[in-house]
Amino acid sequence: MATIEIDKVSKIYHGNVPAVSEVDIRIADGEFIVLVGPSGCGKSTLLRMVAGLETISSGTVRIGDRIVNDVEPADRDIAMVFQNYALYPHMTVRENLAYGLKNRRTPKPEIEARVAEAARMLELGPYLDRKPRALSGGQRQRVAMGRAIVRQPSAFLFDEPLSNLDAKLRVSMRGEIKRLQRRVGTTSLYVTHDQLEAMTLADRLVVLNGGRIEQIGRPLDVYHAPASTFVASFIGSPAMNLVQGELHGSKLAIGPALIDLGKAVPTQGAVTVGFRAEDLQAAAPGGTAAEGGSMPLRVDYVEELGSQRLVHGMVGDQAVTVALSSDATLRGEMPVTIPIGRLHFFDAESGRRLPWSSAEPHRTATAPDLLETAR
Amino acid sequence: MKRVQFSSPLLPYLFLAPQLAVIVIFFYWPSVRAIQSSFYLEDPFGFGSTFVGFDNYLGVLLSPEYLSIARFTAIFTATVTFFSLALGLLLAVKADAVIRGNAAYKTLLISVYAIAPPVAGLIGMMFFDQHIGPFVKIAAFLGWDMKVGLSYFDTAFAMIFVAVWKQIPYNFIFFLSGLQALPASVREAAAIDCRSGIKRFWTVIFPLLAPTAFFLLIINVTYALFDTFGVIDVMVKDKAANNPITLVYKVYMDGFRGNDIGGSSAQSVILMIVVFVLTVLQFRFIERRIHYT
Repeated sequence: MATIEIDKVSKIYHGNVPAVSEVDIRIADGEFIVLVGPSGCGKSTLLRMVAGLETISSGTVRIGDRIVNDVEPADRDIAMVFQNYALYPHMTVRENLAYGLKNRRTPKPEIEARVAEAARMLELGPYLDRKPRALSGGQRQRVAMGRAIVRQPSAFLFDEPLSNLDAKLRVSMRGEIKRLQRRVGTTSLYVTHDQLEAMTLADRLVVLNGGRIEQIGRPLDVYHAPASTFVASFIGSPAMNLVQGELHGSKLAIGPALIDLGKAVPTQGAVTVGFRAEDLQAAAPGGTAAEGGSMPLRVDYVEELGSQRLVHGMVGDQAVTVALSSDATLRGEMPVTIPIGRLHFFDAESGRRLPWSSAEPHRTATAPDLLETAR
Repeated sequence: MKRVQFSSPLLPYLFLAPQLAVIVIFFYWPSVRAIQSSFYLEDPFGFGSTFVGFDNYLGVLLSPEYLSIARFTAIFTATVTFFSLALGLLLAVKADAVIRGNAAYKTLLISVYAIAPPVAGLIGMMFFDQHIGPFVKIAAFLGWDMKVGLSYFDTAFAMIFVAVWKQIPYNFIFFLSGLQALPASVREAAAIDCRSGIKRFWTVIFPLLAPTAFFLLIINVTYALFDTFGVIDVMVKDKAANNPITLVYKVYMDGFRGNDIGGSSAQSVILMIVVFVLTVLQFRFIERRIHYT
């Protein structure tokens, strides 16, 4: 068990633009941190720097109370789970699990006990004497997890461990990883490009873009208060609607719609307005919008998801998606309303979030507040 | 494997015919002829032959000279195979560590193989030339009065040296491409699991390289037994008699210099059997322990 401190860490390849620049993350003992971002955002590079598979151009990485910049991967007391499992093909499952322990001169009875325990936890018992090629994808993934668990390291590093699995298996393995991490309580750093995986697994998630941190926070905080338009469009599915708006006093103009915010906003003029598809509602037929603002939506097409339907259309000349219940009545042109409190404002140029009190989310008290917020 | 339907059942054999013809004419037919003539005593001037049964074989196997040449051939083959494999592997591992992603460097290293074998052999010979050979000078500096072609041991040393040197680029290419084909993540997983690079090599990388190594083992044994003929010929031709030669060279000496076609044929049949048994043994005992991915 250990904390991980990533302090102003950068990675620059051959004098090019930095792949990772000045990233700070403090990971508490036992915390599950997910690095999420599009491909090329530097998340894997950052993970590999923590693992010691990639040199650190500048900054320091601390595992426990030790600076590990110049420590060999084998001496960092970490275990890594790779995307393509990286099992040793010439060894049986048992040998795969025991290999790291054997090299650390762990006594034989202890190795056997730990392998047996991991095999029990991951239900690998019947496969211990098989070679990896005789296993299915999900089983291989479990062996890779087992190889990490038997080591009882200070930290687990996961590099997109589920992206080689099919959709159904991915969901069940996701649950398994979460359960295992809770059980063994090992500090974990997990890389994924899948925002759903990030949301469901993370104690806190770190959204990366272009080698920089866009936001660090608990999944719901990031969801309810994205720090930038990038985070807003990346976290949550369907992506948050982002439209151009104009602020005049306490009035907000979006295309043809004029919404009364009820109180003045510090910023004036052009802004990017964000609102989630599920926060929009179809206006009651006949009646006008009582609370919140109303916008006329020209419907283009509808996606049926079963539990809800996604209505894609235009407000003025800007695309907007609305999530409605599956029994909602649809018309070619329909007014939709938005609760004022669910509007997000972003700077039109930088895309950074603009403070606006009534758009702040209600603090959710579900996750225990044992995690100090970084930065 | 894709199965192809032919309109006539004879058509595939027609396609195979050229290849089969080559094999029959250049491989089976000489083999059959060799077996046949190994039972006859041929007149050196071509005036008929006499059936002698196993006399030729007995003459060969009971000759102390033949047995001592066989002993040298075994030592020569084992030494050449071991050193050309070991050095090829060592160079490949070192080059692999440097050249990840550097195509130009890789091409440069591999281009050594493009030198024609006879030229490479000749260059090797020059190393040990009595007058200008740098290795003879180095040996003299170390107090070793090297006399290649005169001293049995010195000639054997030079022979093995040149034979190994010629074969290293071949092994290097195969080992290098084998190493480059290993998945990077498996090496990285091993780097996390095992601190010692040497131990990592023998427990993870070498076992994954084993199919390549096994293939090269067979090729190198065959090389040392047969393809070193040119090296040996350049080295001992027109030299004093007490020089090491291998079985293949003895076949040539007895058959074409000594005009003993029957004895020479018997030797080549013995050699055929040895290679066959050796290959079967290799497959039987080594190949089983290899993991093919």
